[in-house]
Amino acid sequence: MRRDHALEILKRHVSDEIVVAVYQTLFDWMGINPRDLNYVATGAMGQASSHGLGLALAQPEREVLVFDGDGSLLMNLGSLVSIASASPQNFHHFVFVNGIYEVNGAHPLPCGENIDFAAMAAAAGYRQVETFSDLHDFESRVGDFLAGPGPAMAVMRIVAGDAYPRDYQYIHSADVRNRFRKAISSS
Amino acid sequence: MNAVSHPPIVEHPSGKEIIEAIKMAAVKFIVSVPDIVTSAGLLWPISKDPDFRLIRICKEDEGVSICAAMSYSNTRALLLMQQTGLMDSLNAIRAIAMDYQLPVCMMVGLQGKEPHLKPVDSAAYGVRIVEPVLRAMNIPYRLIEEPGDVAHITADIEQAYRTSTTFCFLIGRSPTA
Repeated sequence: MRRDHALEILKRHVSDEIVVAVYQTLFDWMGINPRDLNYVATGAMGQASSHGLGLALAQPEREVLVFDGDGSLLMNLGSLVSIASASPQNFHHFVFVNGIYEVNGAHPLPCGENIDFAAMAAAAGYRQVETFSDLHDFESRVGDFLAGPGPAMAVMRIVAGDAYPRDYQYIHSADVRNRFRKAISSS
Repeated sequence: MNAVSHPPIVEHPSGKEIIEAIKMAAVKFIVSVPDIVTSAGLLWPISKDPDFRLIRICKEDEGVSICAAMSYSNTRALLLMQQTGLMDSLNAIRAIAMDYQLPVCMMVGLQGKEPHLKPVDSAAYGVRIVEPVLRAMNIPYRLIEEPGDVAHITADIEQAYRTSTTFCFLIGRSPTA
């Protein structure tokens, strides 16, 4: 399953949700679906899930989608337990798995792709866990996944597709944070 | 042989006073990894206080992100932890609180600080370096050690959210409940 193709499908399901995304998935998502409700300023590697938890708790009426990376989540595995404990129903966690530190030279993760994030999420106490590796299967089932209660994890076994430009200056800018702040207060 | 003399140990703020000051600042979420300095006087009472929602986390840098993310909708939170957690979270604080200029408010128990000494004079290296590290990172802070200190807590949190800047309270002695 190509990542950009999976993101194109996710775009159809996103309207006023907050999307927290990281690294190449973020850059691809910004190219495919640029919008002010994209939360791009996660700052430190591994922190997307925790930012998502804060957003979900502060805005329980709004859905929060986190597009995490496998290397990123490995830096913050305890967050799975914190998220399950806080138990926000409006929290859907997509983990894009390719087994490498993609933007840091494509070095392999320890254990590469042989890490069972679905089992970890289930053991931590997520309410719903799915694994997707086929685009058509993902397309047919993602709606049900999103309609189900969080905290929920979708493990996305992907390969890179078209690579969108890595605009680090934009994601760390004050402008993008102000746009997000305005967007959540006005929608 | 002369006996070593220490300055008198003055009364220090109670947990109840500190909690009231936090409430006055409209803080609704307490995000915490337990710390023995603040356990009995702050975290246990907070855990039973219906005015707060306590979010228990596994590692302190999670809390930096949670508090920062909440601030976008002006939802006020306080990260309660030990100085070991502060040290462990410095990169998250650097990137998320400082670079992004977000109001991450932290309350940090100084485990190992002697009651009669200032943190910089502590025999414990891990305590002695806290203030210099905060100053090096330009993180504003206040030591909550003496009776008058607690009166500043509400205003410091209000100021942090008004100006979108981070702030750190250092709890030098275990508050009584």
